[in-house]
Amino acid sequence: MSDDVQPDVLVKLKNVSKHFGEGDARVDALRDVSIDVYPGQVIGLLGPSGSGKSTLLNVIGCILEPSSGWVSLDGEVVYDGHWLRPDLRKLRLEKIGFIFQSHNLIPFLDCTDNVAIVLNLAGFSSMKAKARAIELLEYLEVDQRRHAFPAQLSGGEAQRVAIARALANRPRIILADEPTAALDSVRAGIVMDLLRKVAAEQQAAILAVTHDEKIYDRFDHIFYLRDGRLETQKN
Amino acid sequence: MNLAYYDIRHNMGRFLLTCLGLGLLLGVVLSMIGIYRGLVADALTISRTPAADIWVVESGSRGPFAESSRIPGDTREAIARIHGVTEAGSITYQSLETTYKAKKLRLYVVGYEPGRLGGPDKIVKGRAITRSHYEVIADRRTNLPIGEQLVLGRNTFTVVGLTDGQVSSGGDPVIYITLLDSQELQFELAPSAARREIARGNAQKSADLDTVNAVVARLTPQINPTIAAKAIQSWKHLAAMTQQEQENILLRSVVERARKQIGLFTVLLLIVSTVIIALIIYTMTMDKIREIATLKLIGAPDRTIIGLIVQQALAMGMIGFCFGALLIINIQDFFPRRVLLQAEDGLALAGVVMLVCVLASALGVRLALKVDPATALGG
Ligand SMILES: Nc1ncnc2c1ncn2[C@@H]1O[C@H](COP(=O)(O)OP(=O)(O)OP(=O)(O)O)[C@@H](O)[C@H]1O
Ligand SMILES: [Mg+2]
Repeated sequence: MSDDVQPDVLVKLKNVSKHFGEGDARVDALRDVSIDVYPGQVIGLLGPSGSGKSTLLNVIGCILEPSSGWVSLDGEVVYDGHWLRPDLRKLRLEKIGFIFQSHNLIPFLDCTDNVAIVLNLAGFSSMKAKARAIELLEYLEVDQRRHAFPAQLSGGEAQRVAIARALANRPRIILADEPTAALDSVRAGIVMDLLRKVAAEQQAAILAVTHDEKIYDRFDHIFYLRDGRLETQKN
Repeated sequence: MNLAYYDIRHNMGRFLLTCLGLGLLLGVVLSMIGIYRGLVADALTISRTPAADIWVVESGSRGPFAESSRIPGDTREAIARIHGVTEAGSITYQSLETTYKAKKLRLYVVGYEPGRLGGPDKIVKGRAITRSHYEVIADRRTNLPIGEQLVLGRNTFTVVGLTDGQVSSGGDPVIYITLLDSQELQFELAPSAARREIARGNAQKSADLDTVNAVVARLTPQINPTIAAKAIQSWKHLAAMTQQEQENILLRSVVERARKQIGLFTVLLLIVSTVIIALIIYTMTMDKIREIATLKLIGAPDRTIIGLIVQQALAMGMIGFCFGALLIINIQDFFPRRVLLQAEDGLALAGVVMLVCVLASALGVRLALKVDPATALGG
């Protein structure tokens, strides 16, 4: 496979396949998927249940090892038949922010600490981490809830704190698996607008899996998956 | 950012409750150790009170505690004359039951010659025995106050002094009376047949009355007790042993079974505690699977996750241990027998608990390290 990485491509997949199990139990979750995602793009991943959307996201997030193919993230080839870096967690910490369907905030940390922990892990001092966490919460307009614990937040507030956490380390790639599934259409729209703002302001790429037709118009591009195959790239 | 601390703080009530439960368990372990130590200390108390170097008993006997021993009353004079013996005293030992305030009172009666070796080593209240008859020095555990009258055999005794912590190897409180009183008491309490024989004059009454159970002796430091004991051993009718041998007999025969029983039980309790701590930590980790997956996903290294589990385990062990220690310190006096809490035992148990916590976390850590970060994704 070629190693040419255009510097302005944030996420590049070439002929990535992923199957689970062998023989009769074999499931081809991804077949020959190739994509390019550029800075500032907000991409929607659509497709029926079981079509491989989460699998694709997990491969890009270096959570799931592909069966074959080639992956580069933010100008660095990370997979070429095998992982090229032993410290995938550090790679995630540096390059990728995750937003989950259920916010997945740490229940025993308050909002500020939930965001600050990412910065702590990245080596910031506690003071700096907290300061930046509060800044981010302000940016996402949930700073008035900064001392609340996740259980005390509404769904929309929790999702905004989760986005703040995903943004904390200024990742250039943000992966979201059904980020608006737990929200009503108004809040879903607000969250999507926020993600668009982040993509534009931080020149980040956002890939979001969704079933939510109400927010289709918020995407720059839509990748449609069926049976693990990328069918169309709609604009 | 110390995650263990934040998690504990957030679930404080539950954490403290767990610690309290563990504390009760560790309190039981501590008290078992204390009971074990108390048993050993009690077993040795009476033999240590005279602070003797040599015990002279009946030939062929390992008395006076493990086996019965009767030697003539004039043995003491013969022993006192031996070269190197600085002090000697005759002693009798007997267990008896009397009634006090309409309740049965079990006592261990030590008869000694006032002014000679064998009496109480420390009188904490009142005075020593000054009259040759019917005065008693009782241990506090009898609950007898000074001035109290006590019926022993056919006579009434007066409590004149109190000791502290003097108990027999069976845990019965000790009272001291004069040798003469104790010999009379032994005669009164002897089996009736033997008593009748003596009363009829068939045996030499005075000689039979004048027996003691042991003679204790102190030696000058230059004399080796083992050699002195060997020398006495060669006398007819007498056996002798050093203080060390006497203590060994007490530990190896008198309380051996109880010691092993309690020792084994303590070990079992420790094993049970280990399993329980391991289960608690495992469950605590199970409850956090999703958070651990999330932490891994956002890039936390294994060391952060291991730290979270092990630190919590240690905190739980430490706080639990403190609960347990506090509990047992506060209730130790309510035990019917002595519970001897030693700082070094406490420290050793604390060390073991810490070790157990770390080992027990291994199970939780293994689970945590296997958690797939993908668990955090999706619904
Ligand atoms: N760990 C796994 N082991 C075996 N098969 C798996 C595993 N993960 C996913 N699959 C299979 O791979 C296929 C794609 O799964 P994936 O989760 O990517 O679908 P999806 O598009 O996210 O579906 P949904 O919209 O329901 O979330 C499915 O057939 C699924 O059963
Ligand atoms: Mg999915």
